[in-house]
Amino acid sequence: MSDIGSREILKISVNGQNKELLVKPYATLLEILREDLRLTGTKHGCEAGECGACVVLIDGTPQLSCLVLPGQIEGSEVTTIEGVSDGGKLHPVQQAFMDHGALQCGYCTPGMVLSSKALLDANPRASAEEIKEALAGNLCRCTGYVSIIEAVEAAGRAMA
Amino acid sequence: MLRLPRFSYLRPESVAEAAQILSEYGPRATVVAGGTDLLPKMKRGQIEPEVVVGIGHLPELRQIRATGDGGFEIGACVTLTEVVASSELQAAYRGYTRAAALVSSPALRNSGTIGGNLCVDTRCNYYDESYEWRKALGFCMKKDGNICRVAPASATCRAIASSDTAPAAISMNATVLLVGPKGEREVPVESLYQDDGQFYLTKAADEILVSLKMPSPGAWRSSYVKVRNRGTIDFPLVGAAAALKMNGSVVEDCRIVITAVGPQPLDVSQAARPLLGRPIDDAILEEVATEAAKPARPLDNADISYVWRKRMTRRAIEQAIKEAAEVA
Amino acid sequence: MTTVANDPNADLRVIGKSLPRVDAAGKLIGLTAYADDIELPGTLYCKLLRSHLPHARVLSVDTSAASAIKGVIAVITGEDIPIKYGIMPTSQDEHALEYEKVRFVGDPVAAVAAVDEETALAACRAIVVEYEPLETVESIEHALLPPSDEPIHDYAGPGNVHRIGALEFGEVDEGFANSSFIREDVFFYEGNTHLPMEQHSATATFVGDQLTLWSSTQDPHYVHRALARVFDMPMGHIRVVAAPHGGGFGGKADPFSHEMAVCKLAMVTGRPVKCTLTREEVFYVHRGRHPVLMWVRTGVSQDGKILAMHFRTALDGGAYGSYGPASMLYTGALQTTTYNIPAYRFEGVRVFTNKAPCGPKRGHGTPQPRFALELHMDKIAEAIGLDPVELRRRNYVKPYTRTINHLRITSCGIEEVTDLVVEASRYHERKKRLGHGMGFAVSSYMSGAGLPIYWNKLPHSECIIQVNRGGVTLYCGATDIGQGSDTVLATVAAEELGLWPTDIRIVSGDTGLTPVDLGSYSSRVTFMAGNAALQAAREMREILVSAVAEKMECSPKDVMVGDGKIGELSFEEAANLAQERHGVLTARGSYTPPREIGGKYKAAGVGPSPAYSYSAAVVDLDADPYSGEIQLNKVWIAHDIGRSINELAVKGQVEGGVYMGLSEAMMEGQLYRHGLHKQPSMLDYKSFTFFEMPEVETFLVETVDLEGPYGAKEAGQGPLLPVIPAVVSAVHDALGVWVDEVPITPDKVMRALDAKAKGREGRYGPKSFPQISYPPIVKVPPFDASSTAF
Repeated sequence: MSDIGSREILKISVNGQNKELLVKPYATLLEILREDLRLTGTKHGCEAGECGACVVLIDGTPQLSCLVLPGQIEGSEVTTIEGVSDGGKLHPVQQAFMDHGALQCGYCTPGMVLSSKALLDANPRASAEEIKEALAGNLCRCTGYVSIIEAVEAAGRAMA
Repeated sequence: MLRLPRFSYLRPESVAEAAQILSEYGPRATVVAGGTDLLPKMKRGQIEPEVVVGIGHLPELRQIRATGDGGFEIGACVTLTEVVASSELQAAYRGYTRAAALVSSPALRNSGTIGGNLCVDTRCNYYDESYEWRKALGFCMKKDGNICRVAPASATCRAIASSDTAPAAISMNATVLLVGPKGEREVPVESLYQDDGQFYLTKAADEILVSLKMPSPGAWRSSYVKVRNRGTIDFPLVGAAAALKMNGSVVEDCRIVITAVGPQPLDVSQAARPLLGRPIDDAILEEVATEAAKPARPLDNADISYVWRKRMTRRAIEQAIKEAAEVA
Repeated sequence: MTTVANDPNADLRVIGKSLPRVDAAGKLIGLTAYADDIELPGTLYCKLLRSHLPHARVLSVDTSAASAIKGVIAVITGEDIPIKYGIMPTSQDEHALEYEKVRFVGDPVAAVAAVDEETALAACRAIVVEYEPLETVESIEHALLPPSDEPIHDYAGPGNVHRIGALEFGEVDEGFANSSFIREDVFFYEGNTHLPMEQHSATATFVGDQLTLWSSTQDPHYVHRALARVFDMPMGHIRVVAAPHGGGFGGKADPFSHEMAVCKLAMVTGRPVKCTLTREEVFYVHRGRHPVLMWVRTGVSQDGKILAMHFRTALDGGAYGSYGPASMLYTGALQTTTYNIPAYRFEGVRVFTNKAPCGPKRGHGTPQPRFALELHMDKIAEAIGLDPVELRRRNYVKPYTRTINHLRITSCGIEEVTDLVVEASRYHERKKRLGHGMGFAVSSYMSGAGLPIYWNKLPHSECIIQVNRGGVTLYCGATDIGQGSDTVLATVAAEELGLWPTDIRIVSGDTGLTPVDLGSYSSRVTFMAGNAALQAAREMREILVSAVAEKMECSPKDVMVGDGKIGELSFEEAANLAQERHGVLTARGSYTPPREIGGKYKAAGVGPSPAYSYSAAVVDLDADPYSGEIQLNKVWIAHDIGRSINELAVKGQVEGGVYMGLSEAMMEGQLYRHGLHKQPSMLDYKSFTFFEMPEVETFLVETVDLEGPYGAKEAGQGPLLPVIPAVVSAVHDALGVWVDEVPITPDKVMRALDAKAKGREGRYGPKSFPQISYPPIVKVPPFDASSTAF
């Protein structure tokens, strides 16, 4: 193949907007979001599936955008942290993170918020154990996780 | 940012077309389903295909189907999350679904597939880093080099079998369906693997693992115990799957499969003989677990010392049998 | 969480409340632009070529093939940036790109700017470097031997010794002679790293003789100085902006190669140049916790009073100086701020090895000796048959005293924090049973270093408050690295001006816009920048109040400030009124620590602080007598905060400190094999997930420090310290074995158990401390108290 990796069209929806993008087949969704669409709210900490910073929702399911190829998500709906709040109003998960001090440096926060949102959308009454299980792949170095669990519990109460 | 090297992505319409592409490109192509194992390895230069053949979108690979005889056929691209969420599979194959639930982290299980986990690359801490790092250490036979760094006298690579679901599937006598250019074949999961960390799969490069066939559980109940450093994310340091066929409190049959203690999962059911025809008690369990752990050969190529991992093999087997016995 | 307030009736409106961070909203909606999110038009991307050898002479660097690659705009090597730098004046030992020799795997030798990262990486791989390998030095013991070819550095010495020193305070020999019990122990603390979630990133522009650097740095002030030195440019032509920060913990507190490289490449190309490190590179950049081998000998009286202590440390510094001279002294300086030690001898050495350079990590140089000292106290208590808490109580320092090494202790809640955790955990009521254990430990930490890193007379922190068009902007050089310093500054200003913290706009960490602050290290910001902000805010309040008083024709003291009002006027009306009279309103504040907080002897610069925080912890765990596996159940932590500026933020710092302490106590290790980092990935360098983290119950004690802003002291580092020894102590309580080494992994516990089962000492840890030729001991005369109150 003389033209390895030549660009291809990707049709996806990002935060409710349909996009038709010309992308490299070997650029991960993380790169497409951050570099092509300039949605830099999606963070990266390892780019190898080990830290959870780059979690986005694909058709409502949290996935690691650093390990997703454009060819795998044709036609999907992607939600990033920029698409979580409703206009100027924070989503209950975001509000709870703010109120409970569940963020410090804030770098793991987009991934944490999206993983939490997906959990609570399915199960707003999630117990502390279920919250731990759902967020297990999201590492945080600042908070010690304690306040994040408190925030997600509170957000669940607000959403129920 | 750690990025992927260049490649072209092909999106075949069917398994047959995918197999055709693989056979056409030979070693220059590889399949991707979830990508959670392949993509980090490609980013680190451990695998360098020119063509990546996506199969995750094929509906034929995404189904969980009851086979009519009490068993199930699970498509290779069913995600680990989907397996864990299936109450039917949970009820029939506790060990297998437990193993699936213990793979890595939730977000990764949402992408990662059951076929991908059965085929997950062997691991070694002389190997699982970037190209630059491996260059600094000296390359090994698994990629770019010619010796085994953890066991320099070994003729074969000693990277560690790291699939959690494989031992659980083996313990239930499961088979996999492979489709290649010459047609399809069904092989026991156990014979999918061999004692070589580099060429750890017996499947041909142009064969695609299409499904996992779990036979009817009948009176078998199963469990899986995973030893690892942290409660999530990590690969197994030791894994033990146990399946028991019980008649009341009496053990009629017992299968034990261990993993992460060498390049392939090991069926150590022979050691379970003293358990047969009697109820389980602690003394006999200890004897069986000690014997069953004997073939484990952990080396200094994973986290925490190999002496500890050897000891934990016995513990994991003991726990797995106990837990299988407790499965309702 | 519980706060024990000693000043509950203080008339404060926002200070001490649990309020959200002022920067929370931007972070929560993905709008906050961290360093790697900054993207200027026409940006080029930089990658560094790093050495794959641990120690080698660089014979040649051939960049011709790299330069020829399409899309490569510039390639630079060490000779393009020949001036050395380093964070401390005494360790200017780093080239941005090494061209004489490389000293660890990961030492940069060349940098490329290209149209994208992919091209830059390809170009790095096309650079041909010819090396002549030298002996690799990988351990403290090895570094203490004469080098077989040449030392790692051509300064300091002898051999690979970087810094060595010996100090004595009081009559140590006499103390030991009078002791009724003497004990010696040896401990090892493995190195570990910060692992910030954000990988370091920097972008530079060079336009019209003005160099601007945006970087994920904790210390823009020191980076600014380093750039001026390296590029021989006037400070006024350089601006360093600390971008919103994705985690520091000390790991972004040095000037770094990638910062120098993007600056030089921006000068060469005339375009913006960005470099973002990969996770692997972050492990090489390191500057983390030093591995430290420790020996301690203590003599006590019959009733458990410490009479003399002799403490020896040996630090594995890695390949460069970094903060090393301070790190070494910190391993000896703060033993005396928890326990009253009447005679104290300290001997320390830091050696160079061919590993990634060590530096400051949360607790800088003190978690290691704290670990050793607390377990040593446990062992003494066990040997003399005293309860370990009681032994400590008999030796606690008292408030408003002076330590034997001349450190001034002011407010001190050590008794209170002890009471709180011991009572809440029912430590003394625990039932002894195999496999379950509880451990107690106590600690202290500085609220900022008393002296800057380089000698100068500038204030340590300055703030400007500007009121313009009815709005308030506070300018301060402090850097919010996630610890909440912007929130602290906004809260202080809000309290004084009768506003809410989110009413205050903060401009921080920008050497072009903000006055001096030394940076976010040594837990200094709340105390020092907080005091500067307080002074500025009070001055601004006076300006506003007097304008209103004049208009109302009343006395300023009758103008009430609060709830968004100055007297009868809204804040905005009052601000406009004052601005009409004076023009734009500005007020300044600054802070410099008092001189008399420490001694005057050589090396006295390390240890003094205007105030010390105190922490105590009890850890409850189960430990498996077969496998050595540890299950943490709960941690009780009490912290003497002085006063919370923002209670929610303090709780976050305390819980985060507990987390980081637990994680490094149990699994984190910056390990090497054949001179190469063994596991430079987030999968293989283990850190706690949600699953490992136990329940934490936090108590805050408000001792209301007389010099802290509203009485506040630090929270960022202290609460980490007691957690680590408390874990190991609890394992001993559970299993009857000592693991005198962290991380306390299950295989180490297993080996201690095996030794015990075989009738040997139930212990895992270093067997001995090496013979080290410490210099003659400098005997420091007692503190001259004539100049101060105590």
